[in-house]
Amino acid sequence: MAVLTPEQTMALHDEVLAALKGKFGEGILSSSCEYDFPVFVVDKDIMHDVLVFVKETPSLNYHFLTTMCAMNYPEKTGNEFAMMYQLHNMPENKRIRFKTFIPEQKLEIATITDIWPAANWMERQEYDFFGVNFIGHPNLIRILNMEDITFFPMRKDFALEDPTRDDKNDSMFGR
Amino acid sequence: MAKSPEGLEGPGFFLTSMEKAVGLARKNSIWPLPFATSCCGIEFMATMASHYDLGRFGSERLSFSPRQADLLMVMGTIAKKMGPVLKQVYEQMAEPRWVLSMGACASSGGIFDTYSVLQGIDRIIPVDVYIPGCPPRPEQVIEGLMKIQDLVGNESLRRRNSPEYKSLMNKYGIE
Repeated sequence: MAVLTPEQTMALHDEVLAALKGKFGEGILSSSCEYDFPVFVVDKDIMHDVLVFVKETPSLNYHFLTTMCAMNYPEKTGNEFAMMYQLHNMPENKRIRFKTFIPEQKLEIATITDIWPAANWMERQEYDFFGVNFIGHPNLIRILNMEDITFFPMRKDFALEDPTRDDKNDSMFGR
Repeated sequence: MAKSPEGLEGPGFFLTSMEKAVGLARKNSIWPLPFATSCCGIEFMATMASHYDLGRFGSERLSFSPRQADLLMVMGTIAKKMGPVLKQVYEQMAEPRWVLSMGACASSGGIFDTYSVLQGIDRIIPVDVYIPGCPPRPEQVIEGLMKIQDLVGNESLRRRNSPEYKSLMNKYGIE
């Protein structure tokens, strides 16, 4: 895929931002250009509507969900979790990214499986690893980990090393 | 040809204990079940092939059914999700049965000190011989198999009925 120049990226950013601002106004919290990606930070309550808008509006036509994932920022009080959606307009080969922050206290966001059925397993994965609750998901159960675990292993406060392992003390390594 | 056990020898007859005769037969016809999940399995394939030739030790007949196997060879990383499968395979083996744990991952979790990997198969099934290495060379696998042969050849015929053995099985929750 051709990498956009900074000027091209900024032009794409301005074009999409104008359309978003016209429709959602203050719901678009901030925007920036990361490498050749315009990134828009959106209020989580309108995230679903924004994705429908950029998909269904013919002049934008971001019809393809490339990927999505959750993120954890423990230091951002009130915005501990984030969801990222990466979209692609294939006929014109344009890509944009959306980001929305979610507080840990109320870790839920509307599902986008009604827009893209492909989001089904990806949302299950984010539920599995981060515990994000997708409202309206048809089958929100763990997808990769053991069904009976009670933790969410990709959260930053989850210990990296297995706490049940007892052979990694200093006496084993002569320290 | 296998060395004959201690016994009374004369013209036309040879006397030894039942235990030694059975041990001699068993140790030279071990049927292994290869439970290979990663790179240790590749080393095992080399061990099986003509250059190293496990057939020299009477183990050329692999059993892919646990019901006919004498020796469970666990080779490679066992994910926690694979744990119940491994335990079921072990439970399906008929007594007497032995377990060989090959490589750092099967023996201790190895470098995969993480939430998804079982930190050593001895947490779910009893292990007779551990082979260290990452992965072990075929020579080490042969050494491990010879250690298993020693155990098989010298095992008392009453061992599997002993209260010690029963309590060992109960410790792992196996009837």
